[in-house]
Amino acid sequence: MPVYSEKVMQHFMNPHNVGEIEDADGVGEIGNPVCGDMMTFYIKVKDNRIEDVKYKTFGCGAAIAVSSMVSDLVKGKTLEEALTVTPSMVAKELEGLPKNKLHCSNLGAQALHKAIKNYAIKNKIDIPGLTDKEEPEEDEHACET
Amino acid sequence: MDNVAAAPLLPEVREAMLPYLGQIFGNPQSLHNWGDGAREALEGAREQVAALIGGASEEIVFTSSGTEANNMAVKGIARARSEKGKHIIVSAIEHFSVFNSARTMQREGFEISLAPVDSTGTVIPAELLKLVRPDTVLISVMHASGEVGTIQPLAEIAAGLPKDGPVLHTDAVASAGNIPVDVKKLGVQALSMAGNQFNGPRGSAALWIKRGVRILPLLDGGIQEGGRRPGTEDVPAIAGLGKAAEIAKRDLEVRMERLSGLRDMLIEGVLGEVEHSVLTGHPVNRLPGYASFCLRFIEGEAILMLLNSHGIAAASGSACTSRALKASHVLLAMGINHELAQGSVLFTLGPNNDAEDVKYVLENLPKVVDRLRQMSPLYSKYLKEQKG
Ligand code: FES
Repeated sequence: MPVYSEKVMQHFMNPHNVGEIEDADGVGEIGNPVCGDMMTFYIKVKDNRIEDVKYKTFGCGAAIAVSSMVSDLVKGKTLEEALTVTPSMVAKELEGLPKNKLHCSNLGAQALHKAIKNYAIKNKIDIPGLTDKEEPEEDEHACET
Repeated sequence: MDNVAAAPLLPEVREAMLPYLGQIFGNPQSLHNWGDGAREALEGAREQVAALIGGASEEIVFTSSGTEANNMAVKGIARARSEKGKHIIVSAIEHFSVFNSARTMQREGFEISLAPVDSTGTVIPAELLKLVRPDTVLISVMHASGEVGTIQPLAEIAAGLPKDGPVLHTDAVASAGNIPVDVKKLGVQALSMAGNQFNGPRGSAALWIKRGVRILPLLDGGIQEGGRRPGTEDVPAIAGLGKAAEIAKRDLEVRMERLSGLRDMLIEGVLGEVEHSVLTGHPVNRLPGYASFCLRFIEGEAILMLLNSHGIAAASGSACTSRALKASHVLLAMGINHELAQGSVLFTLGPNNDAEDVKYVLENLPKVVDRLRQMSPLYSKYLKEQKG
């Protein structure tokens, strides 16, 4: 098993905000192209703020910790602020991730961005920073199937 | 319960090794008295190892690992026979040491064919035999899978091979010392084994090569091991291997019965108590200590981490667990899809495990699984679909 930081272990053992939001304002689901895993984020938006955020994760220990961290980072933030969350930021907040687990942090940020995009499309609004943030960050791993 | 990764060294084996780390430090090749003790140890161990697999002692070559033995068998035999032909057959579930050795031979101009397995991880003899050609010089099929525990029908394969045809090698690293292994009954001409799989020291392994089968050494050097494996012998490790082989042979039946009992208890318990769990590997023809499963909707590394927090060690063939982030080729070859392979978990029982341990796993595994399923998007999708 990889050696994870204490922060990762804390979030893995006690993930925050796990769950689904029945009447979510935005839902983002993303599959991991590297190992075939999956993450779904749900957001509830009020006055341009992420009032509530929940997620479900099918993946490794890092992926679970990442989703928990992302949910913590964006809860209560404005949509613009939430869009500034990047995979490297998540990894840093988790006190680092093993190199071959960095792609799991992409998963978290991407799923969240997708949920925000889903909200924007549904409500026909434009959020600064959305389009240019939606592309995934460069992945180190080739997708092998 | 991860004995396959690191089986504990038996105290008796340790005792057998100690003299060669202390007073008897001689080099077995020396002609003076100091070498005598070491030489005796070497030859004694050779007999013990040969007895375990039903071979002759002069057919045993000591190596540093099962990996080395497999490399030596595949490359050494293929190279020695390259004038006869350049075609090798290996099964689709071989260990990387066989696979990658075959790949190396491919770069040296050999053609490689993969023999398929069925859903229980068993090589289909008829399918393998169809691949045999006049220029096939080597076939390598493992005796038992170290990942799903399935025991292969080697005798059946051997019986179908043309006389004076390809050499049949088997990687018996997972099986030797754990189930009866008899090179004559199996019908093989070369067999790899490793001490650390039956409570011997790491760094101790052997290749058995039937008399008359030609093989080229991997390394060039002196006369040790009849020139087939030059390099100063690791006498303490070899003495330990010999002792472990002797004990394994002596205790084989008792151990098998005990471990099979625990294994069946674990398998029945998991299949009964964990919903959406499947046994991987053959239901009957499997190694005594092996209980392997795929648990749907969740991922192996997360399972291992939570089990670890309960003090339970296990292994997994999931993509996320592997360093290369690829699902186990063994599971995929058995027709298990990527998603199900993610939920792979393997328990390997050893001499230090008892019924209490199994009960403890059966108490905790369902909780671990439940916890991960509660946060799995696949599981909630499944539940919604069930509701219609
Ligand atoms: S989700 Fe597969 S490695 Fe992290």
